[in-house]
Amino acid sequence: MNLRELFKTADNVLEGSTGSTDNKETLKPGDKDASKLTEYECPACKNMIDRQAARDNYYMCPLCNYYFHIGARKRILFLADEDSFEELYGDRESANILEFPEYDEKLKQAMKKSGEKEGVLCGRIRIGNKPCCIFSMDSNFMMGSMGTVVGEKITLLFEYARDHRLPVIGVTVSGGARMQEGMLSLIQMSKVSGAVKKHSDAGLLYIVLLTNPTTGGVEASFAMEGDLILAEPNALVGFAGPRVIQQTLKKKLPKGFQRSEALLSCGFVDEIVKRPEQRDYIDKVLRLHSEAVI
Amino acid sequence: MTNYDRVLLARDKERPTAGDYIQKLIGDFTELHGDRRFGDDKAVIAGIGLLQRQPVTVIGIEKGHDTKEKIECNFGAAHPEGYRKALRQMKLAEKFHRPILCIVDTAGAYCGIGAEERGEGQAIAENLMEMMLLKTPVLSVVIGEGGSGGALALAVADEVWMLSNAYYSVVSPESCANILWKDTAKAAEAAEALRLTAEDLISMGVIERIIEEPRQYRAGTDNDRFYRTLQKQIDEKFAALKELTTEELLDRRYEKYRKIGRNDERDISEIL
Repeated sequence: MNLRELFKTADNVLEGSTGSTDNKETLKPGDKDASKLTEYECPACKNMIDRQAARDNYYMCPLCNYYFHIGARKRILFLADEDSFEELYGDRESANILEFPEYDEKLKQAMKKSGEKEGVLCGRIRIGNKPCCIFSMDSNFMMGSMGTVVGEKITLLFEYARDHRLPVIGVTVSGGARMQEGMLSLIQMSKVSGAVKKHSDAGLLYIVLLTNPTTGGVEASFAMEGDLILAEPNALVGFAGPRVIQQTLKKKLPKGFQRSEALLSCGFVDEIVKRPEQRDYIDKVLRLHSEAVI
Repeated sequence: MTNYDRVLLARDKERPTAGDYIQKLIGDFTELHGDRRFGDDKAVIAGIGLLQRQPVTVIGIEKGHDTKEKIECNFGAAHPEGYRKALRQMKLAEKFHRPILCIVDTAGAYCGIGAEERGEGQAIAENLMEMMLLKTPVLSVVIGEGGSGGALALAVADEVWMLSNAYYSVVSPESCANILWKDTAKAAEAAEALRLTAEDLISMGVIERIIEEPRQYRAGTDNDRFYRTLQKQIDEKFAALKELTTEELLDRRYEKYRKIGRNDERDISEIL
């Protein structure tokens, strides 16, 4: 299978979401009927997949184990103890601060598509009864791009975690800094990094889970600042997108380039953890970082 | 002058580069090489020298003048080694209580296979994290292009200044136009929308000072008065920052970034 192709079609067909310019005819972003379909074509193996079967399989293709995108809220449910999620800063909404063309409309669409007010969800959860803070980015909200509200919410979360002496789990998926908020978005990279650093200097744990794709300004800031960096299999993780690199270099990129497995072998990821094992893995790591290991 | 005219001016090949500024501003400049990890990235010049009579650490992104130089320093597009070399010098500056002057001029960090494999994003991220709480004064001056994360990685500072014709942007106007409107010809429109000029950014609280550049700005022009004034301004700023206790310095720096995009209504009206 061609890697580029895989990247292009890395849409959440199950959720009927995540915009892509060259999607298959079966599904269009925001297509109302998508939610009613019971079968989808897996973008990787091209088999028709039963919606429920994929759901029961952690939103992985039951035939080829392709990882479908999951929304931020579902992601938290996967990791958290039942009913333990308490959302923080959920009322924050973006405004078109720079009066950037078409941004108001894009924000409205993103809210509709994701069912969220912004591209990151923050809060407190328990994992194996241990309290921690979590942020989870949402690819359905303008491809998880980071504007001022995303930066602010994550910064607030790290400050909260520092005040309450809690670890932070961060699930990243992002195309990078949000262009529509200009330099105010770029500055969020340093703002969040400052909050991460203070949390770290207070002796507290920060675990990152990289998911497909994590690129640009998010990869070049808090996604790479974890004490532990975990990744889902085959996630695209890099600073520059592969298409940009290919256009710049005008040559074919090596096989598996910028995928989790390549990052692991280059030394930038601690472990690749499959979706069904993530909760137990994080539970274990939290336990190993608690003062008295039970 | 439109924003895009400014962008083109900022990219003018005749502009003085970081090396020219170092030559004009810094005495006894002693270049120090290498990141102690992998290599020596010539896109980043780093070293120590005297500003007036004060020892300082200087780090600049160099674009080069002639073709040979440009190729050597990769047109000012740094690899991870460049950012790690910069961080190494910054940590030394912290150790020896030297203020740091960063001279920023890059279209962006390099997009390439080796750069990615050796952690371009990780190198930038580490700089951001360390620079936010680096225990010595840092001043960054954007002299031409301030291209996204590759520029920010040397511009987390107590103050960021920009030359009057420099730009500083989250994305190049061409890429922005291409991504949003599939049309690089709309770069001028994108440049307006992105608010990337020094005037825009000072009003948003992203930078602190605009340095009016001389009308004949080209490298080789005898602009001694311009450089002397700039040297004096930097010296005065370092002197003022050195008056602060380390705690005050770091609180002030953190709060400066902390308030950008705090986005309750009051703050938005304060920003614009």
